[in-house]
Amino acid sequence: MTQLPPPSEVKLGLVIDLDTCVGCHACVTACKGWNTENYGAPLADTDPYGAEPSGTFLNRIHSYEVQPKDGAAQLVHFPKSCLHCEDAPCVTVCPTGASYKRAEDGIVLVNESACIGCGLCAWACPYGAREKDPTEGVMKKCTLCVDRIYNENLPEEDRVPACVRTCPAGARHFGDLGDPGSDVSRLVAERGGIDLMPEQGTKPVNQYLPPRPKDADLNVLAPLLAPVAETPEGFLGWLDKTLSKLPGASQ
Amino acid sequence: MHPAPSIILFSTLSGLGFGLLAFLGLGAPAPTGWVAFVFYAVAFALAVGGLISSTFHLGRPERAWRAFTQWRTSWLSREGCVAVAALLIMGIVALAQIFWDRPLPLLGGIGAVLCLITVFSTSMIYASLRTVPRWHDLTTPALFLAWSVAGGALLAAHTTLAGGLLLAALAIQIAHWLRGDTALRRSGTTLGTATGLTGGALRSFEPPHTGGNYLTQEMVFLIGRKHARNLRIIAAVLGGALPAALLLLAPAGHVVAGLALLSHLAGLIVTRWLFFAEAEHVVGLYYGAHRGKTA
Repeated sequence: MTQLPPPSEVKLGLVIDLDTCVGCHACVTACKGWNTENYGAPLADTDPYGAEPSGTFLNRIHSYEVQPKDGAAQLVHFPKSCLHCEDAPCVTVCPTGASYKRAEDGIVLVNESACIGCGLCAWACPYGAREKDPTEGVMKKCTLCVDRIYNENLPEEDRVPACVRTCPAGARHFGDLGDPGSDVSRLVAERGGIDLMPEQGTKPVNQYLPPRPKDADLNVLAPLLAPVAETPEGFLGWLDKTLSKLPGASQ
Repeated sequence: MHPAPSIILFSTLSGLGFGLLAFLGLGAPAPTGWVAFVFYAVAFALAVGGLISSTFHLGRPERAWRAFTQWRTSWLSREGCVAVAALLIMGIVALAQIFWDRPLPLLGGIGAVLCLITVFSTSMIYASLRTVPRWHDLTTPALFLAWSVAGGALLAAHTTLAGGLLLAALAIQIAHWLRGDTALRRSGTTLGTATGLTGGALRSFEPPHTGGNYLTQEMVFLIGRKHARNLRIIAAVLGGALPAALLLLAPAGHVVAGLALLSHLAGLIVTRWLFFAEAEHVVGLYYGAHRGKTA
């Protein structure tokens, strides 16, 4: 049924630390690997060794430049996957009931055997979290590794999403955001975690921790590295003058 | 948004078909025998042909029947259910008219209303999407209904009425274009709200991959925007102004009506192409698209 269940008490989700992420794409690879071998249809790769490789991914890393008015630009790596929204528009638009939100833990999933691949859920998602698999013709999305987190055949430390397990920087955290006392909820409170596109009214469960402010003057060596001479003298001065006289020289 | 030919064809043809069926349901005109057969054959061919072409973009068309199940929340599901109901009821009305010369005004009235609800449901699939601010507007359902009714009047040979309705639809179309041009800005969604990043000018530095993907092909469609203004003029002239002028000013006749219909159809296809090609999906912001169009 594509009616949303009443808000669940348990809200499983991710907390992504934009301050810590180094943009290595390890989570992308781990996600693609796990989700190609396990739950549901494999994630397609079209023309993988050809001129125009493309494929389905459940997690993608963007990079953004933040240029302050004065000071150096900052590069922020930005992992993006399904945010398992409380008010998931991708669920209610689904005409077949294939798209659903679990009442017990809030995970948003696709029943691939009922999906007609109309793509309307991908249109309804503001975050680009859903992709139509070109080979299977069904919609694919992050499952929060539902086949890992409850899997008692795995050692306990592996019962987290593949992206969280693999992140070498510790930038990804998994937990219950419905419990204010959980580690992830405390982290969000401490670091001022935010919703993406709050104005879209989706009430995302996943939270993003903004980059910490940079120290004003990072360069402790700057005073020692001041240029010795702004205008060249002696041989360099002669060279500069002579070269400037040549036709086409920049002034 | 990617203007898929199957969806453009679907919404154009089925809009016309349901518009004509609505007039036939209301008994204006109320043909019988062979004339009725031709009228209903055209209407059903347009409506059903459009519906069938809409399944061409599905990944798994063999499961399309499942789309009738989620009418409680999904406008796409509602559209399917109401369309089938409208076609079944209008089928009975058609049989009664063709074979027994019997008008069924009550059933026809219900069928006409269902035809219009079908067109409205189609429009709400788009209008309900907050992610595409250009579509998330009252002018979207108004636009679909106005073109459908105007096209229906044209096919139903209501010359003067069709001329007036075409001009009204054109006015709504222009309002939709003008409101749409500022819709993304008014929605308040920006790269800033998309990423939550503050403290300076934001720029997409590097996309997640060197090639394209489903998202960039489907929702970050930017081709043809530079011709949008000329295409709007072509669409407005062919779709509304020229057929209206022909219907209102030229002496009535089958040739004039035929020319008006062809012009209208060509213009309508251009408006539908623009409806998709010009629509900005907010996910494009993550890919550095729509610069200069946000707040």
